[in-house]
Amino acid sequence: MKALTILQYQWKDLLRGKWIVGYGFIYLLIADAMIRFGGAGPKALLSISNIMLLLIPLVGMIYGALYLYQSREFTELLLAQPIDRPTLFWGLFGGLALPLALAFTAGTLLPILYSGMIITASLRSILLILLLGNVLTLLFTGLGFWFGLRFFEDRVKGLGFALVSWLFLAVLYDGLILLAVFAFGDYPIEKPMLGLALANPIDLARITVLLEFDISALMGYTGAVFNRFFGSAAGITVAAVCLLLWTITPLWRGNRLFLKKDF
Amino acid sequence: MRLLTLIIGLVTGLILLGSVEITQATQVTVSKDGPLTSVQEGIEQAERGDTVRVKEGRYVEFDIRIRKPVTLLGEGDVIIDGDSQGFVVVVEADRVTIKNIGVHNSKAGFMDDYAGILVENAHHVLIENVRLVNNFFGIYLAKSEGTVLRNNHITASGQRETNSGNGIHLWYTKDVEIRNNYIRGHRDGLYFEFVDGASISENTSEQNIRYGIHFMYSDNCRYERNTFRDNGGGVAVMYTSNVAIIDNHFADNRGSSAYGMLLKEINRSTITGNTFENNSVGLYMEASSRNRIEKNRFSQNGWAIQLMANSTDNLFHRNNFLANSFEVSTNSRQHFNEFRGNYWSQYEGYDLNRDGVGDVPHRPVRLFSILVEKQPQSLLLLRSLLIDLLDAAEKFMPALTPETLIDTEPQMNSVS
Repeated sequence: MKALTILQYQWKDLLRGKWIVGYGFIYLLIADAMIRFGGAGPKALLSISNIMLLLIPLVGMIYGALYLYQSREFTELLLAQPIDRPTLFWGLFGGLALPLALAFTAGTLLPILYSGMIITASLRSILLILLLGNVLTLLFTGLGFWFGLRFFEDRVKGLGFALVSWLFLAVLYDGLILLAVFAFGDYPIEKPMLGLALANPIDLARITVLLEFDISALMGYTGAVFNRFFGSAAGITVAAVCLLLWTITPLWRGNRLFLKKDF
Repeated sequence: MRLLTLIIGLVTGLILLGSVEITQATQVTVSKDGPLTSVQEGIEQAERGDTVRVKEGRYVEFDIRIRKPVTLLGEGDVIIDGDSQGFVVVVEADRVTIKNIGVHNSKAGFMDDYAGILVENAHHVLIENVRLVNNFFGIYLAKSEGTVLRNNHITASGQRETNSGNGIHLWYTKDVEIRNNYIRGHRDGLYFEFVDGASISENTSEQNIRYGIHFMYSDNCRYERNTFRDNGGGVAVMYTSNVAIIDNHFADNRGSSAYGMLLKEINRSTITGNTFENNSVGLYMEASSRNRIEKNRFSQNGWAIQLMANSTDNLFHRNNFLANSFEVSTNSRQHFNEFRGNYWSQYEGYDLNRDGVGDVPHRPVRLFSILVEKQPQSLLLLRSLLIDLLDAAEKFMPALTPETLIDTEPQMNSVS
């Protein structure tokens, strides 16, 4: 219950800061523009999911770390109160991650609703995008929290790590995979490749999007491993489990850091 | 008074004429209750032009031969069961009509092409409302002219290509009309070899082991409003000139060698108004020349078009490309076809003078499609930010993609 109270304070604080509203508006504008110019079909959904894959990890990580730094005094004040630390941690995390997720959901869903796309487009695709956006928000805010706690005294380092890891996960990692493919393409590297892709949460989310929108292309690939992975429910199950692991691990680590931290 | 006589005269005349008709075309009835209990016997007893009526029931017979122009007409739920022993019905005479019956279980064989209904060296045969179930070949036409196949329902449950035959198989036939048939579960739904001037319309061919329709050396044919869905290899059209493929629907053909439609050595043909949806490859073209591909809709395919460089002088005009993973891929930097006035959903240009035509040309071949061609595993990186960056750089300054493969008049909105 106390966690909920903290969450409520956070929520008010965030709204006062107007950041979160702006964040929601960005999605509203993008989704609206995509639907307006791309038509209410799979194309608009694809564009929205591309933006989502780009923006959520960046904002989640940076904002997660930044928010911990910003609310340091608030945290210390609360620590002086009779509140146990896990409650405080989850309150702080929920107070940031849930509004972020809500801003994304509202910003994306509103244009989908008022453009009538909810009826014309595939409901499964829309739900998948919304769900994936929410999971990604939780995941990367958690990662941002972990960075923030890890480098609590050195803010520049914390933010730097958040930025660089975004760059690494979003761009460089795929570059390495591409290099590996061209270097070892003659060997059976499909399984290691799948493993590599599953080890990166952004790639993981991207592959989930592929499974929904590009299954025709994926099925055109001439390899048994990919075909078995993508052609059955196994693909989506493995991806979901990995995403879950990715969400839990940083939060668990962050929670442990928070419990032991000497403020 | 004179008028009355005239009318009476006319009426009597008509009645007489009618009775002459009736006396000429007698009927033979085959029924489970006798006296005639065998379809073959019924056909033997019938004279030329007679109708053999078969009453409701299951007749276990095979190699029923029709050697004179008769009509075989089922009444109620009639099933002729070949009991996996041979052909079921064999038509060897002109102007035979087969209607409203069920033909089940022909023999399957590796040496002979057993069929539910075989029409051989017979012309102007009509096969209508026949339900063919579980036959090796469904309807087999060989050296037949002017035959009509209409409203038939052909299903089988073959598992492998080797022990399954084709739904409708045409060999050396001319001016055949195939309309509104349904074919499922055969090796090839429809198979054409050395066919001339056939008209194939409103058929549905789905879930066949190999191709929905497979045709070779069959000039001057026309396909309209057919649906080919979820076949192992899609549709293959080969070694043919002057075909009209209009308003057909190619959907859900997925797999490493599945094509909405595969064209190999097709020349001077028209492909208009078709829909290609959810296929691994929408349209594959190899060594095909001087075709017009117009007003088709490619949506959500893996590759909308794979155009091999040995295809030349084809015109792609006013097609819609919507949300395909890849729009066009090719295997060379050389390119001798024309793309003009299509709508590409991946187009990123602008239209400053607002005439509905983009001001910068569109390059439908992405760098990534070439990477995938070289290393198929890299397909896993589709829609990665890195790949988008690479594609953008390549578009700005083409180094690997065919420089001349551009649409100079990309449309800003989808064309109808």
